[in-house]
Amino acid sequence: MSGKAKLRDKRLYLEDLTVSFDGFKALNDLSLYVDPGELLCIIGPNGAGKTTMMDVVTGKTRPDSGTAWFGQDIDLLRLSEAEIVGAGIGRKFQKPTVFEQLTVFENLELALAGSRSFLKALRARISPAQQGRIDEILEIVGLSKERGLPARVLSHGQKQWLEIGMLLMQDPELLLVDEPVAGMTPQEIERTAELLLSLEGEHSIVVVEHDMHFVRSIARRVTVLHEGQVIAEGDMDKVQKDPRVIEVYLGV
Amino acid sequence: MKDPSWGGLCLLVLLALGTPVPLRAQSPNDASFLSTLGELREATYSDKAAIVRRLSQSGHSSVRAVLTALMDDRLYFRNSDQKIFIVKAADDDPLNLIDPLSLKSAGPAAADGLTKIGTNNALRREVRETVARFALSSPDVAVRLDAVREISRLLDEANVALLRERLRVETNSSVRKEIATSLAMAELDGPDPRARLKAVDTLRQSLGQDVRNRLALLLDKNPDGGFVESDEKVRRAAAAAVATIDGWRAFYSGIQTLFFGLSLGSVLVLIAIGLAITFGVMGVINMAHGELMMLGAYTTYGVQALMPGHVGASILLAIPAAFIVAGLTGVAMERTIIQHLYGRPLETLLATFGVSLILQQSVRSIFTALNRSVVTPDWMSGSLRLNDALEITYNHLYVVIFTLIVFFLILVIFKRTRIGLEIRAVSQNRAMAKAMGIRTEWVDAMTFGLGSGIAGVAGVALSQLTNVGPNLGQSYIVDSFLVVVFGGVGNLWGSLLGGMGMGIANKLLEPYAGAVLAKIFVLVALILFIQVRPRGLFPQAGRAAEDK
Amino acid sequence: MLRPGNWIAAGDRGSAWFLGVLALVAVAVPILNLVPPPSSALHLSTYGITLIGKYLCFGMLALSLDLIWGYCGILSLGHAAFFSLGGYAMGMYLMRQIGPRGVYGDPVLPDFMVFLNWKSLPWFWYGFNHFPIALLMMGLAPGLLGLVFGWFAFRSRVTGVYFSIITQALTYALMLAFFRNDMGFGGNNGFTDFKDILGFDLHSDKTRVVLLAVTAAALAASYMACRLIVESRAGRVLRAIRDAESRTRFLGYPVESFKLWLFVFSAVIAGIAGALYVPQIGIINPSEFAPINSIEAVIWVAVGGRGTLYGAIAGAVLVNYAKTYLTGAFPEVWLYALGALFVLVTLFLPRGIIGLVTAPDKDK
Repeated sequence: MSGKAKLRDKRLYLEDLTVSFDGFKALNDLSLYVDPGELLCIIGPNGAGKTTMMDVVTGKTRPDSGTAWFGQDIDLLRLSEAEIVGAGIGRKFQKPTVFEQLTVFENLELALAGSRSFLKALRARISPAQQGRIDEILEIVGLSKERGLPARVLSHGQKQWLEIGMLLMQDPELLLVDEPVAGMTPQEIERTAELLLSLEGEHSIVVVEHDMHFVRSIARRVTVLHEGQVIAEGDMDKVQKDPRVIEVYLGV
Repeated sequence: MKDPSWGGLCLLVLLALGTPVPLRAQSPNDASFLSTLGELREATYSDKAAIVRRLSQSGHSSVRAVLTALMDDRLYFRNSDQKIFIVKAADDDPLNLIDPLSLKSAGPAAADGLTKIGTNNALRREVRETVARFALSSPDVAVRLDAVREISRLLDEANVALLRERLRVETNSSVRKEIATSLAMAELDGPDPRARLKAVDTLRQSLGQDVRNRLALLLDKNPDGGFVESDEKVRRAAAAAVATIDGWRAFYSGIQTLFFGLSLGSVLVLIAIGLAITFGVMGVINMAHGELMMLGAYTTYGVQALMPGHVGASILLAIPAAFIVAGLTGVAMERTIIQHLYGRPLETLLATFGVSLILQQSVRSIFTALNRSVVTPDWMSGSLRLNDALEITYNHLYVVIFTLIVFFLILVIFKRTRIGLEIRAVSQNRAMAKAMGIRTEWVDAMTFGLGSGIAGVAGVALSQLTNVGPNLGQSYIVDSFLVVVFGGVGNLWGSLLGGMGMGIANKLLEPYAGAVLAKIFVLVALILFIQVRPRGLFPQAGRAAEDK
Repeated sequence: MLRPGNWIAAGDRGSAWFLGVLALVAVAVPILNLVPPPSSALHLSTYGITLIGKYLCFGMLALSLDLIWGYCGILSLGHAAFFSLGGYAMGMYLMRQIGPRGVYGDPVLPDFMVFLNWKSLPWFWYGFNHFPIALLMMGLAPGLLGLVFGWFAFRSRVTGVYFSIITQALTYALMLAFFRNDMGFGGNNGFTDFKDILGFDLHSDKTRVVLLAVTAAALAASYMACRLIVESRAGRVLRAIRDAESRTRFLGYPVESFKLWLFVFSAVIAGIAGALYVPQIGIINPSEFAPINSIEAVIWVAVGGRGTLYGAIAGAVLVNYAKTYLTGAFPEVWLYALGALFVLVTLFLPRGIIGLVTAPDKDK
């Protein structure tokens, strides 16, 4: 975190967000905050508004009402998707989307921080520093050996890590991670948990996940969404005891 | 898939059209008519006038035809047996004879075996008047109306008298009105200003262009500087009447434009509706869509060639035939090619383009590259005259009706039948539909066959509107895709409204911009529209649409 | 096993082959035309030169299409519009060169304007008697159209099939417009009866040969330019857009501007191809805008193999050669053959003919 940011400041402010599709309220007056360097897990049943919330933060969906601020002075609702990325918000989609036809290395190269213009990209060369950065990320996500392979041949878990690696290349202040362990083997899940925990502190991370074991293994703070609203917040134990949560989600 | 009652309906219509009018038995009336007619052979011109009068009083149903023929120099007698015949056209060789009693064709005959029954101007005038008077007393309202219009072309004293005479006995209101208008026109030349004023007042209710021009003439000045109409009151009334008529005519011409727009729109809907299924529902960019329509048009030609003389019936029979021909072609295309390409829309474009070339060349090989003429049945030519300012041509009217019938039939198939339900199920969630036991492959083939069959049906309509040739399909392909995209892919109602909207916009622009420029404007407007609403008028809502 | 950068190497091998063949054509054709006497079996007729020149122009059009379709997934069904605009710009220059040699002998006005009773040159014809201005317009006119059209379309995120269909509408609208006499481009008949270019007689074999060499050079140059683009990081971004557009957007790339610049560049190449086509064929008229021409060009790319650049050019040459040969030899069956070719290639050779020659890049 830069020295400028005051400790008490939040990294992300979402206030009173409402989004409706054809009368159905995907978000209903949702308010939610993320601290700097925090790893926040969001859980909730299908249709609770998790993905829509991420869509609003990343500019894919515009809310009917409400505000979304990144830090104190960036109004996300006024920025385009590309500008939001530039401001330091990275997103990993639910379905792993890496560039299948490009190699692992090229995938990371495209994620390198720097100018994004067409003309610059025409002349771009990889500097030694950037080369080092890519190597470093390859190491972090454990894909050093696969660097030359086209991304389409990676396993499901490897694609997820590659995508997280691509996010890290951009060095975002806030990482939005949508269902990172869906379809992973237990070993892969464990590795992913390690990976996310190692990033905590340096980046603010919001993880949306269904897998309760996984959430329990990484989360300090959990937020439960239901019908577009926050219905509970706190550590995993507290949340799991909350009667409303039990009713709508854990359903035991 | 086809409802059996359809076939029954077609058969009924067929019977109705095919049954000949029963022959009337020769009555005593016929004999005396023939003998009077025979007298014409050797009579002098003045005698002929008397004979004409006697003929007209006979009340025989052929009087009008015979006298008209006499007037047009088409009445002949055969030298060999002295029998009188009407000929179809005087300059045919050989002449085509028509029996004067039954008015049926009596075969051809060499011109030198016949002698024309001569006329002179005085006789022809006499005959014309007689025919008019005869027509004026016809029991058929339409014939009387035509007669009044015919007579009104020349409002001399004799004709005015004729009309007055008829007005006294005429009971039908529209004929009365027509006569009153004609008399009022004649009245305008009269000496009495009050009568002229009254005439203007009568004429104000008319809508005819001739009436309007006649009234406007009153406001002009003579070469000597004075007004054509000397009375100022009459002039003022005439000016007001012209304005009223112009107002109404503009109103009706607006309606007419709208109707032409609807009609053009119907053609667009018709050519797009099959594509709305193959492209809209199945996601196949079917470049052979135009060629499937072409197949439908050629089927019409084929059916017509198989049943000469039954034009109307052949068109009706061509509809199911075209559906089957194009539909089976579609099913064959789906089974052999398209089923391997689902989910790769751009690949379907290439393959179906290949198919379109093959289909084009096939009809070229079979029917040659020349355009084939498909005959239009009588009931499709001509026009429905609603009033003097509004006339609707039957072929335009029928295409609107036909399109609506086809559209609602498809809607019924989609919403009310088992196959429709299955088509919708497969297009929304293939895996789920399969799990429910729906034979998705069969449904795919049926869906594509349905869309193709409808393209064939559209081809039947196109065969009535345009040249039937191997390139027929190509000229419609861009339009049909635009209609589907404009309406919103996968939405039948969207295609209907989109097509109608495009047609109307086109026709509204035409008077100002001309046909080509209007079309260009519509195209540009559509391109811009897609920018504003990239998914058309009625986009598919929800998550499913976004995944595509 | 696929090593990093392997595809570049494969591409280079293809490039080397392609440029080699092109150079051979540029050298051999003039020699075969000018050196052996017309009676010799080795002699290449003027007709042959015209044909080869036509194939090369079509190859350039295919190249421009493959650049956007094969590498960025933008399927234009209206590229004939850019090709034709370039052609019309060249045609306007050639028309002005006729000068007083026209049928009506007007020193300034082209024949069709005299025929339409026009008294003066429309403003948009000014300057076309100067070759540099005309040359500029050959690139500028298609480029501007591409810029305006692309700006609207990409900004509104019109993609996939929707984009293809409005490009078709675009070229259709232009065709209708150019058919109009009022447009000032010769209506139905377009431009023809050209006399000379830059002072050289268009009917002489030497001029023809030079034009062919220029076309080959232009094709080589645009090929290399495209190669540079697709092998730069920008090229990788483009392929990323092709495979996962919204993912690329979330990496912060201005997808719309990448698409737009590529589209404009492609339009300019298509325009230059059209400009080179007109003096060799000797006519340009509105039917060049016909949507069917654009679709055919797409087919060449698909048959050759998209996403390889040289494959697209090979496809254009092969399909057109087949067309020329079959129309002459078996006029009855050539459409069957062509139709069947498209169907079979789509079904059995998704990577095109080039896919048969080059090793498929198998997984692992």
